[in-house]
Amino acid sequence: MSVSNQQVTPPVSSPGASALSGVGSAGPDRTAPAGAGEAVRLTEVSKAYRTGRTELLALDQVSFTVRDGEFVCIIGASGCGKSTLLNLIAGLDSPTSGQIDTGGRRVGLMFQEPALFPWLTAGRNVELALQARGVPRTARRAQVAELLETVRLGGFGDKRPHELSGGMRQRVAMARALAQNADVLLMDEPFGALDAMTRDLLHDELERICAERTLTVLFVTHNVREAARLGDRVIVLSSRPGRVIEEYALPRTGQRRIDSPEVSEVAARMTDRLRQEMGRHGS
Amino acid sequence: MAADQALRGLDNLELQPAAGAQDPGHFARKVWAVLWPKALAVVFILVVWEAVTLSGWKHLVLKGPGPVFSALWDEMLHGSPSLWGIIGVTLETAVAGYAAALVIGSVVGLLVARIPVLRAAVGSIITGLQTMPSIVWVPFGIILFGESESTILFVVILGAAPSIAAGLISGVDYTPPLLLRAGKTMGLHGFALYRYLVLPASLPAYVAGMKQGWAFAWRSLMAGEIVVQIVGQFSIGQSISVDQQNLDFAGASAMLIVILVIGLAVDTIFTKADTSLRRRRGLLETAT
Repeated sequence: MSVSNQQVTPPVSSPGASALSGVGSAGPDRTAPAGAGEAVRLTEVSKAYRTGRTELLALDQVSFTVRDGEFVCIIGASGCGKSTLLNLIAGLDSPTSGQIDTGGRRVGLMFQEPALFPWLTAGRNVELALQARGVPRTARRAQVAELLETVRLGGFGDKRPHELSGGMRQRVAMARALAQNADVLLMDEPFGALDAMTRDLLHDELERICAERTLTVLFVTHNVREAARLGDRVIVLSSRPGRVIEEYALPRTGQRRIDSPEVSEVAARMTDRLRQEMGRHGS
Repeated sequence: MAADQALRGLDNLELQPAAGAQDPGHFARKVWAVLWPKALAVVFILVVWEAVTLSGWKHLVLKGPGPVFSALWDEMLHGSPSLWGIIGVTLETAVAGYAAALVIGSVVGLLVARIPVLRAAVGSIITGLQTMPSIVWVPFGIILFGESESTILFVVILGAAPSIAAGLISGVDYTPPLLLRAGKTMGLHGFALYRYLVLPASLPAYVAGMKQGWAFAWRSLMAGEIVVQIVGQFSIGQSISVDQQNLDFAGASAMLIVILVIGLAVDTIFTKADTSLRRRRGLLETAT
């Protein structure tokens, strides 16, 4: 695995990029296309929160692009605004300034918690996403079965979330995200609450599913090894406010493992960079 | 396929082991475990009651468990009007009043939960109404509707509806924000968001509100029936009222037992509904 990293300069805004400021409604409602082959383009996106008289800048002029089919990880220490960033891209919140463009692609979001509806079975949870998308009832059953099979949970459709293990619940959540027919999957530390063994297996599964479906993934994590294991590219954010401080390109040269030396080596470099960043806040 | 196999193996290891063959005596033991503490409590009460009677305290009016249960038995077999008719009259009012309270409470609750202005206006009034003793509504009812069934219904509705509304409001308020984010990401909004997410998520609090509403409805109904005398309609409350005039301790006590049993029976239905709801959502510890 060859690795290159560089200080990042914000990409130039494409003429077709749409301004998202002021869009209050949830849901990926994008009209203008991103540049060719670009699934997500952020141009100088800032987000500030006002609490009383003080204004907290969560994200400061964040710019990057994610190409179609690319797997990009975002890492950063606490307070780097990782989750805020995903909320903005998902359209659940709007930036204070800057532009986010997904070129009309459908965006799905997965959280650290599976966030399954506890009153529905695993199958119904997945089906509801299809229903919300307007898939007719007759077609839904087959699609639910296929999606559950994709996450290796065929035969568990009748189980309720509490009857499944944490890893299985997270896979149902993945099936539900896939049911949204998303082109871009935003994942907010989806395996953060799982044990290392389960996480390792789910990395393989996620990689397989992404390859099968040519998904574009933006994967937020605070685990540098996970980022080095999964990403085609890793973006490092600074803390308070979140700014892009470094990017690592990790071209794929075969199957990676979380414990392989290349992954460890890249992870160690990222850790050093993050420590340096944290040290900045300690002085 | 090694990863696939490992994953399936992990799933099997993590899932609860399948329940073994049901022990034949299991059900009987479960019933016994539930019943014996209750039975013991009843026996204790009867013993104390009998002891007080034997002590001679208020010996002119106080009757022991024996005469009271025989009075109840008499009422059941050849009361005039029959005990079943009396219970029927009361339950009919209870069902009508509670159904109306359910509709009114639910509609008001949903509107208040959804519309901020309405919440600011009447949110605290609903809480206030819950703390209002139902008996205070009786004079208002009599002024408005006279000594009629409408008065009793009025009292029952005012007793039950605030609890039902409050239950629904708190259910809507406590819908987990994470589920709301998940629902919105899926594209649920407006009516669909309520139909598929907010209302099902609110159900446990709503059922708790309905259960509390029933308790208030039942109390209000008894208060109403004891005070409001409707000619030609002999209800449980009216029956106690007559027993009071006749200083008939046994008859009044028999009616008290009826009130207690009906109140508990309906409460048990709500408890069962609540338990099964929580079990399906994984909110109950599995039985030991």
